[in-house]
Order: sequence, then structure tokens, then C-alpha cells
Amino acid sequence: MCGIAGLIHRGKSSKVGHELQGMLQALKHRGEDSTGYALYGDTDGKNFIMRFKVGENVGEGSTSVAEDVSVYDERKKIVDSYLSEMGAKIIKEDRILPYSLRYEIEYNKKDLLEFSQKIESIPGVEILSMGKSLEVIKDLGNAKMVCERYNLDKLVGTHAIGHARMATESGVDIKSAHPFWGYPFSDVSVVHNGQLTNYWNNRRALENKGMRFMSECDSELIAVYLAEKMRDGASLEEGMKESLSGLDGVFTYFVATKDSLGMAKDTMAAKPLVLYESDDLVAMGSEEIAIRSILPQEIDTYDPFDGEVKVWQI
Amino acid sequence: MANLKNVTKKTKAQAMGMHSEVLTGRTQQKFFNPDEAENFYYFGTYDVDFNKRTDLDVKDMTAADANKEIDNLMSQGYGTIVIKNPQGKHSIGVGILNKLNLIFEGSLGYFGIGSCDGPIVRINGRVGWSCAENLMAGKVVIEKNAGSCFGAAIRGGDLICKGSVGARTGIDMKGGTIIIGGDAGAFTGFMMQRGRIIILGNVGINLGDSMYDGTIFVGGEIGSYGSDAVDAELTKSDQDWLKRKLKVAEIGENFDVSKMKKIVAGKKLWNYDNLEPTEKKGAI
Repeated sequence: MCGIAGLIHRGKSSKVGHELQGMLQALKHRGEDSTGYALYGDTDGKNFIMRFKVGENVGEGSTSVAEDVSVYDERKKIVDSYLSEMGAKIIKEDRILPYSLRYEIEYNKKDLLEFSQKIESIPGVEILSMGKSLEVIKDLGNAKMVCERYNLDKLVGTHAIGHARMATESGVDIKSAHPFWGYPFSDVSVVHNGQLTNYWNNRRALENKGMRFMSECDSELIAVYLAEKMRDGASLEEGMKESLSGLDGVFTYFVATKDSLGMAKDTMAAKPLVLYESDDLVAMGSEEIAIRSILPQEIDTYDPFDGEVKVWQI
Repeated sequence: MANLKNVTKKTKAQAMGMHSEVLTGRTQQKFFNPDEAENFYYFGTYDVDFNKRTDLDVKDMTAADANKEIDNLMSQGYGTIVIKNPQGKHSIGVGILNKLNLIFEGSLGYFGIGSCDGPIVRINGRVGWSCAENLMAGKVVIEKNAGSCFGAAIRGGDLICKGSVGARTGIDMKGGTIIIGGDAGAFTGFMMQRGRIIILGNVGINLGDSMYDGTIFVGGEIGSYGSDAVDAELTKSDQDWLKRKLKVAEIGENFDVSKMKKIVAGKKLWNYDNLEPTEKKGAI
């Protein structure tokens, strides 16, 4: 049992970090092994924001090992040198935690595949997100703890999705935490509640097509599955509709891009989702109390039906 | 182990041959006796006065505290309780075993009005998953939408949602009536064993899947039928009953019940016959 939440403001920006923190904290009883945010902030759109980690925060059942900070320092130096080699210029650098960094970089090539492969060829380094608006922040603990640790409260943007995780299929660590970046597509992120039963079959097929998996978490499959569809020319909504038959199991998931947010629910409708829609705000969560954390007044909400896919634009 | 011995038939049940032994020793054999009904005590129930009314603001209360306070108010004889600011909280209004007018000014989360026996409940908002699960008796009216597993395993009472509901409405229901004013999701009436479901709008896939018994009435389109769910003739008495129920439910006043579809169990699943295992698959 995990909790997912999302919101999209239409026609304005808001403190989406603060709002999503409230929504996810209301769902903490659904899991607080780790919490993740995919925030779409207001930027000038010129530079990429790269969130990445050079080590793990190792929790229960993780296949990773705890390492010394000196190892992180060494990896960071290699990342910096690789960026320089690829012609990427670091405009701003924040080392939020010893293992977690945020770089604002100037990089002019559109294809991020080669870039990402180069950076992630460094052992222990993973790009959590790469985009001109998207920032994926995820770590162990509940929403409030992660929000405070990464100072997300003041982040202003248009939309966001997030995940409160109860680890079941894989260990407690950052690499298995949601959201997952839709590698190698800029600004695509995914959160999921459920279990996918054809994970390995799909993973093998996608890896044979050159797609990359960083964890053994079944939810990562959704991000990779959609990325592959989009790579082949499908729109986000088309990819999501195909996923209803391509993915087996029970799921409700959200996908966000630079200017849109979508939801999909499997044909068994086995995982909960409550939606609120108005002209200027769409909010959704595994339980209504998530929406109530930002809209305490009486509102009309509803459950989407089985096999339903919806996409909203900012 | 209880000490058993054969005795001369004395009671009516024994005379009918239902059993021939009595328990002796400290354990007493007990049968229901209408003469002693007045001495019957239903634990956790109260005599309440419907005219005695109060409000309860649960905005800053946990579900457990809210339920305790409802219990406390009933113990003081309050028969009409208005709950303010439920704000989607889970598990409120559960375990009420006596008559009570309970009004929610707002929406409930999951498992609201669970395991109740007798109250009349009106919710002016929506409800989340598993509303009124295991309802034994009473009436629950939801003015807006409801989540999945609406009325799961109810044994009796009337459960009414004026909006639309999610998947698996009436799953495992064993009695009572569920009425939906709008649409219903997939697997409606899944494994239902008795009772009736009325849906005025459309219904999703696998309607009545593996239903043992009971009846489902649908006013709109059906996504697909589940295993062993079949059409049945809508009789005049069905139509009269539907009209009465909809009137009592204050829903679909002008709805043309004569065009509704009636779905029942085909009773061809393995537990209804003596088919060999290989033949059972064919039946499904």
C-alpha cells in the first residue's frame, strides 16, 4: 500500500512544494519508508536542472551499501569532469546532502541519452531527473522529513506529483523510491501505486530495445514503458492508453511532463484514486484527505472508473 | 469438552428431531424465548430520543475520538446528531447498533458507517471506499459520489448513493438494497449472495461476476456481463417494487423502470451442480 498525490494549477503558479508536502503527509499512513516529489518549478527555461545522487541512503532490505563521504566526493569530481568533456557548463551548484546534488547546467544538445549514459557510467551515480522545469527529490522518511531536509517548502511552480512509499517489491533506498524520471526524456516523471505482474517480461523486452533500468522496483517499468512509447512517436496520452493492456497487474499512476499531468487506472480498478477538478486547479490523491489538506472547504470529488486515462494541461 | 447425555424429548425443537442431547454441568443450553425477549440485552446500544438533537464538530478530532463522542452523545439520549467538518476523515460513524438520525455535513473518507445496525444516516458530501460495509439494518443516503466497494458485504438495510460509485459495488452482499442514481464501475455485484442492486445509469465491465444469488437492475448500458450473470425477465412485480424503492429513496422519481434490465445468477458455477472438474470450466 503506497500513497500518491498530484496537483496542477491552470493559469497560475503556487507553492507546489508546500502543497504537495501537505498532501503526502496526509497519506503517510499508507507508507513512510520513503517519500518523493516531482516538482515543476517556474524557471526561465534556458538551462537544465539536474538532480542526481552520488551515493545511497541505505534502508532496510536495500541491496546498496553505505559508503564514506570521501567516495561521494570522488564521484562528484568525475561527474564534473564528464560534464566539462560533454560541453555542459555548470551555472549553479548545490550540494544539499553529501550524496544528493542539484546542478543548474547549460547544455545545448537535445538528446539526453548520450549525456545520461555518460554520467551514469560512473558507479554509484544516478540522475534522478533532468529537465528545464522538473526536479525530482526523493529520500527516506515521510513527506515532512524529506521536505525539511531538502527545503522544498518555498518552491513555486505549476504542478507536481508525489509518492509516499511502503516498500514491498524492493528495498528501502533512494533508487527504489518514486517518482521515476522518464529517462531519457526531459521533464517526464511517474509515480505509481500498485503491483505490476509482468515486470520482468516487459523489462527484458525494453532492455533489449536499449532502455535503461536503475532499480528493481516494478514501478520504474511505467516510466520506461512510456518513455519507449514516446521515443517511438506516441503522445503521452497514447502511451498511457496503451499501458492499460501492456502492463499487467493493478495500478493507478500519474505522469507529469513540463506542461501536463495525467492519470491512468487499470481495468480492475483495484487501486484507489480520488479526483477534484475545477477551472483553475486539479488535485488528486489515493485518499480524499490528501485533497482536503489543500482544500479544507466542502468540494465535489469523484473516483475515476476502471481503465480511465485523463490528461490535463497547465 | 462438554458432557453430553441422551434425554427424553422435552422441547419443541427436540420433538421435531432437531437434536436429542442437552449440555449438562456448568454450561447451559439456551434457546431464544420470546417471553424473555424483554430481558435481551444488545451490548453497546442506547435508547435515544430523535427529538433530542446536537451538533458535533470533528474538525480537530481523530476518528476514534469522534466515534467515542458519538457513543457518548447516544448514551446521553441524543437521537439526532449532526456531524460538522468531517473533511474526508476515515472510519467515522462506525459500529452504531441502535436507531439514530446521523447527519454528516460534508464528506467521509474510507470505511465510513461501517458495521452499523439500525441508524438512519445522511451524508451531504461524498464517501470514500467501503462505505457502510457490513450494514445490518437502517438507511444510508449519500448525496454525492461514492468510492469503490460501496456496500461491501451488507446484510440488510437500504444504501443509497445519488451520484456515481466506483468498482465492486455490493461485493459479497448478503441482503439489503443498494440504489445508485448515477453510474457504477467494474465488477458491480461481484460474488453477491443475496439482496438487490439498482443502478439507474451505466455500469462497467464484469457485472455480477460470479454472483451466487440476488438481483441486479440496470437502467443504462452494461459494459459486459461477468461469469454466470444472465438476463432475466423483468416482471410486473419487479417494476412495482422498483417504483416503491425509488420513491422511498427519493431518487429517480420519473425514471421509466419498465426499460430496466434484470440480471440474476445463472447458477451454473461449480457449486450448484455435480459436474466433473473438466465440465465445470465449460459451464463458466
